[in-house]
Amino acid sequence: MTVTVEGRADRRTDPAGRSPRRPQPPRQGRNRLWIWLFLTPTVVLYGVYTIYPVLASYWYSFVEWNGFDEAKHWVGLANYRAVLADPLFWNSFKITVLFMVAVVPVKVLFTLLLALVLNSPKLPMRTLFRTAFFLPVVTTTAIVGIVMQFVFDPASGPVNVVLRKLGLVADGINFLGDPKTALWTVVGVYIWKWFGVTLIYWLAALQTVPDEVYEAAAIDGAGPWGLLRHVTLPLLKPFAVIITLLTLESTLKVFDLMLTMTNGGPFYATEVVEIYIYRWAFAATVPELGFASAAAVIFGLFVGLIGVLQLLGIRAARKARGTA
Amino acid sequence: MSTADEVAAGRPNRWNPARVLRRLPWWCAAVVIGIGGLLWIYPFLWMIGASLKDPLEVFTSGLSLLPKHARWGNYGRAWSDAGFGQYLFNTVVVTVTTVVLVVVRCAMAGYVLARYRFFGRKIVMGVLIATLFVPTGYTIIPVVEISQRLGLLNSLTGMVLALSGGAHVASVLLYLGYFRQLPRELEESAVIDGAGFLSIFGRIMLPLANPVTATVTLLTFLGTWNAFFLPLVFSFSRPDLRTLSVGMLAFVGENSTDWSGMAAAASISLLPVVVLFVVLQRYFVEGIAGAVKS
Repeated sequence: MTVTVEGRADRRTDPAGRSPRRPQPPRQGRNRLWIWLFLTPTVVLYGVYTIYPVLASYWYSFVEWNGFDEAKHWVGLANYRAVLADPLFWNSFKITVLFMVAVVPVKVLFTLLLALVLNSPKLPMRTLFRTAFFLPVVTTTAIVGIVMQFVFDPASGPVNVVLRKLGLVADGINFLGDPKTALWTVVGVYIWKWFGVTLIYWLAALQTVPDEVYEAAAIDGAGPWGLLRHVTLPLLKPFAVIITLLTLESTLKVFDLMLTMTNGGPFYATEVVEIYIYRWAFAATVPELGFASAAAVIFGLFVGLIGVLQLLGIRAARKARGTA
Repeated sequence: MSTADEVAAGRPNRWNPARVLRRLPWWCAAVVIGIGGLLWIYPFLWMIGASLKDPLEVFTSGLSLLPKHARWGNYGRAWSDAGFGQYLFNTVVVTVTTVVLVVVRCAMAGYVLARYRFFGRKIVMGVLIATLFVPTGYTIIPVVEISQRLGLLNSLTGMVLALSGGAHVASVLLYLGYFRQLPRELEESAVIDGAGFLSIFGRIMLPLANPVTATVTLLTFLGTWNAFFLPLVFSFSRPDLRTLSVGMLAFVGENSTDWSGMAAAASISLLPVVVLFVVLQRYFVEGIAGAVKS
């Protein structure tokens, strides 16, 4: 997810790069074979593992198919009707959105606060701190999810041991076993796990503010708060859009953490759409691949919508930066 | 970054009272953030501590990080009995081949898309960009189905192909963006010197793109080492093909009370990537920061 914007940024340079270099070398004709030879691995692999699956998902969503035998019966829109009529689908959709709404503001705001402090050269040991906060990002999500099962264990997990020692609770809280707390526990772990990425985004954004701007403002007599309010924050505004959207998009991908921490339970309390699809396609005794595909297509449209939103947001942010 | 501190520290008036007073708030901030940072990495410290404790000690020792006696046997149990030696081997094989495949195919594609205009270029670009956002959960069913038909479902080869085939559009675009801004004269003079298509790419262009290769390698490494969904469905019926993350899930499913074994297995899985991160952290941070900086 992180590099996607870089890609789009490269696209941005397209119009600028077009004019001087477009006269292509004359030998291009003789190179045609090489060109396609170079593209073959990408075209073949991408065709098989991305293009075909995208198209096939649409096709599967119109058939009834258990995945074991070849027979696929055309059922028209029946799968879509069934998905849309399933309260558990809407439950998973609701949880996906709830998760997003719970994670994004907290993560974006707190990482900004920390980044503002870490960005100051006056702070001792700032590189060390950055390393510590970034460390969870590089670790395997699925393994972290499992370790967290133990950390939040109601009987002997360290979290409950602390709570008991402080006298806050008499019996251990069943963080992951109670439908009321399970989702919020995963939200907390998710924020902890991916905090470093957003922090690095903000630090990178802060690095783009030239020192001269601060110096000029300081000469004009601005104090630290004035600097923050009237210089730093306004300059960060376009980045805020990009960072929020990147964070939003990444919260859609919680499969690894959810499956290993709660497996969608208890009582579907943490079943996000990806787990819902997985349950129908792979975890059921008789897989319902058509039904699962219909759910996947609906989810894909939702993700696509957020993607479009992201492109528009970034374009708007660029414009704001360009005129600033 | 830290150079500013060092320069400041080298000044003779280091312990000047006014200066100490001015610095005091920052030291307080550092203490607060330091406590936060310690809390941040506490789960990992707890995990490593637990991996060396006696299986019963884990339940009773509460918060203490240090074991009474280091029990290296936990690692032996995880390594051979639980099969984590095999899982580590699988993960290394899958990760290394995937990284090589991704770097090679993305560099080649990015190169021709950036440097040549040919029939079909716009179509290829359009399709790549249109599928930037496709999530794994969306493509997984057909990927499994087509792998089964190709006879690749329960094999590491199939896993590697699926991991390196899907997505990675961003890597192609990274190479594309880099190759595009190189001057045309590079090729022209090489052609005059008699260099062909392949040697221009291999001897001139690819070495120039080393920074991009470093970023793509690192991000692909991270993504593949930590991958879970694809390895999970590709090893359903072949436990010997599990990667570390999938093996971990199976291990906990079978031995839910063996906490120290679990912690040892988790440490085996996480330590390589953590060590790599600490050694190469500058590149990690730059690779990720690039997303916003642009």
